[in-house]
Amino acid sequence: MKLRWIDTSRGLRVRVFEAGSGAPVVFFHGAGGFLADNPFLDLLARRYRVLAPEWPGFGEAGGEDTLDDMLDFALHGWDVVDALELERPHLIGHSMGGMVAAEMAALAPRSVDKLVLVAAAGLWLDAHPIPDLFALQLHEFAPMLFHDAARGAALLTAGVDASDPAAVKQFYIAHTRRLATAGKILFPIPNRGVAKRLYRVRADTLVLWGEQDRLIPPVYAERWAQLIRAAKVSMIPQAGHMVPYEQPEAFVAAVSEFLG
Amino acid sequence: MNFTWFNLMPWPYLPPDFREKYRSVWVDIPSRLYDPQRGHHVYHEYMDQLEYADALGFDGIGVNEHHQNGYGLMPSPNLIAATLARRTSRAAICVIGNSIAGYNPPIRVAEEFAMLDVISGGRLVAGFPVGTSMDTNFCYGQIPALTRDKYREAHDLIMRAWREDEPFAFDGKYTQLRWVNCWPKPIQKPHPPIYIPGGGSIETWDFCLDHDYNYSYLSFFGYLRAKSLMDGYWDRVAKRGKDESPYRAGFAQIICVADTDADAERLYAEHCLYFFNRCLHIHPPFADPPGYRTINTIKFGALSAFQKTGLQVLQHLTWKQLLDERFVVAGSPETVRQQLEECINGLRVGQLFCLFHNGDMPDEKTRHSSKLFAERVMPKLRDIWPEWRDDVRWMPKPMPIQERRRPEERLPALGPV
Repeated sequence: MKLRWIDTSRGLRVRVFEAGSGAPVVFFHGAGGFLADNPFLDLLARRYRVLAPEWPGFGEAGGEDTLDDMLDFALHGWDVVDALELERPHLIGHSMGGMVAAEMAALAPRSVDKLVLVAAAGLWLDAHPIPDLFALQLHEFAPMLFHDAARGAALLTAGVDASDPAAVKQFYIAHTRRLATAGKILFPIPNRGVAKRLYRVRADTLVLWGEQDRLIPPVYAERWAQLIRAAKVSMIPQAGHMVPYEQPEAFVAAVSEFLG
Repeated sequence: MNFTWFNLMPWPYLPPDFREKYRSVWVDIPSRLYDPQRGHHVYHEYMDQLEYADALGFDGIGVNEHHQNGYGLMPSPNLIAATLARRTSRAAICVIGNSIAGYNPPIRVAEEFAMLDVISGGRLVAGFPVGTSMDTNFCYGQIPALTRDKYREAHDLIMRAWREDEPFAFDGKYTQLRWVNCWPKPIQKPHPPIYIPGGGSIETWDFCLDHDYNYSYLSFFGYLRAKSLMDGYWDRVAKRGKDESPYRAGFAQIICVADTDADAERLYAEHCLYFFNRCLHIHPPFADPPGYRTINTIKFGALSAFQKTGLQVLQHLTWKQLLDERFVVAGSPETVRQQLEECINGLRVGQLFCLFHNGDMPDEKTRHSSKLFAERVMPKLRDIWPEWRDDVRWMPKPMPIQERRRPEERLPALGPV
């Protein structure tokens, strides 16, 4: 993966992971940001030109103060696509990234080739309330997000030296910044009304979910598929909410089969 | 020196195994633990205590706002304050305060505070806290990272509504009103004294200094631990070239007075431990969601009463620890006087928010402690700031008592209904 910085027309600097060639695929990450290792991006890059931007407030990018609400996030997403000079890319969004990608596809339906929603946030079913991400203690994240909690904990904290207080503080501050930004569209209920706009989505859509997702249970996959005209659901076994990290091969296989 | 009596109005019937059985006294505490008929008696007891404090000669009586919890049963402090406005005539009515980021539209606060000021004859002290994250974010749904921005906008709207004498339009990011026109207006001009109760956010200091508001640090961890934070505040005051009036600052302290030190332990220890062990048992993420504190404040490491690091010290507390750390100032009148002198001088505060009712303390003990304080401690601390004796900038300016209307004592008896 190469790292490059781009400037959006709004004036935000955005760091983008980039690799591969072929049809352009933009991957929008979730509220946890990219982890130290993101093997699914490398796997995807064997077949596609993968572009994975960081949201403002994540990684090294600033500018989160310019994003207040969902419209800001969705337009920023399109600003990034424009700055990358892409025409009708495929969009993949994971969790919060899926929420924004769905919104982008509803706002500009003719500008998306295919859409992949991975364990996407953005809907709410009263019968299936989503746990409050903001009420989790740090040690509760891995069991909530991963099918295999022990492996998940290792992935979440990879590269952080737990014996170094300065490193721990830095990790905590980065975590705080990410979730503070994510809270603008996820708090207190991760629903900003996209359901009523999904009739506009024209793209063929794959709704991809981990069978053991404890954060956003798989019943939400069915709901997305009901609301989007050309959508189908694919479930990945042995995977929780962090499906691209937990089952990168199965994730990329499903995406590749769908994108062609 | 000013003394305000205030109680949090906790639910005094939390079970002994509350800590073990429930994860939090706030936000998701099951409301089946609340018993409305017992609650009827609890409210009246607490309200009577506030009125009693007025009779004892406290300068102020205080109420505050909290939601969905067993720690403090005043979701609407203004309702309590309204009864006090009728039933007392002397003490300042300190509503510290309304968490203005949670009101929609916040003009509601301008109106209700104006009502309280008018009904009380100009005795209102108006407090504008950001609110705890439990209240403002988890109970009232405000987005943590936008809370402070929304708070500032609400503040601007309220202050302007009090200032202007003609309708105006307000085009805010969070509140848009074509016609802002505050009826009634407060008696106190240009506005009631403004107090900003702060947990420990350093941004609040500049906000207070920009507007010359009182900054009150409401901690439950005593004056020893508050020292570094208040030193930071006073450094900021000096840097900004403001005068060093101690009335710029307030502090909350739990106080228990008895005839002797030993009596204090016998009378009050179990109730204070109830408060620390049960009323402050808060699920840590509720106290500090990402975005609620700014990154600068996190880097400064300021300790708020409700943050994880603060709450950790509550494990296995003993009465001795409470006293040694001065979480509680308790003892004979002389012991309490000495320690409070150290507190007031050390923190340089002109306003002390005195917590005499703690946890499940019974009424008679609360009154005993309050009375001893009023008679044997307060007079000795009154003139601790002689050089600032005439500084009334942060005191209410009520109508002269002879110009005020007295509420009727009792309606004529109607006979049994």
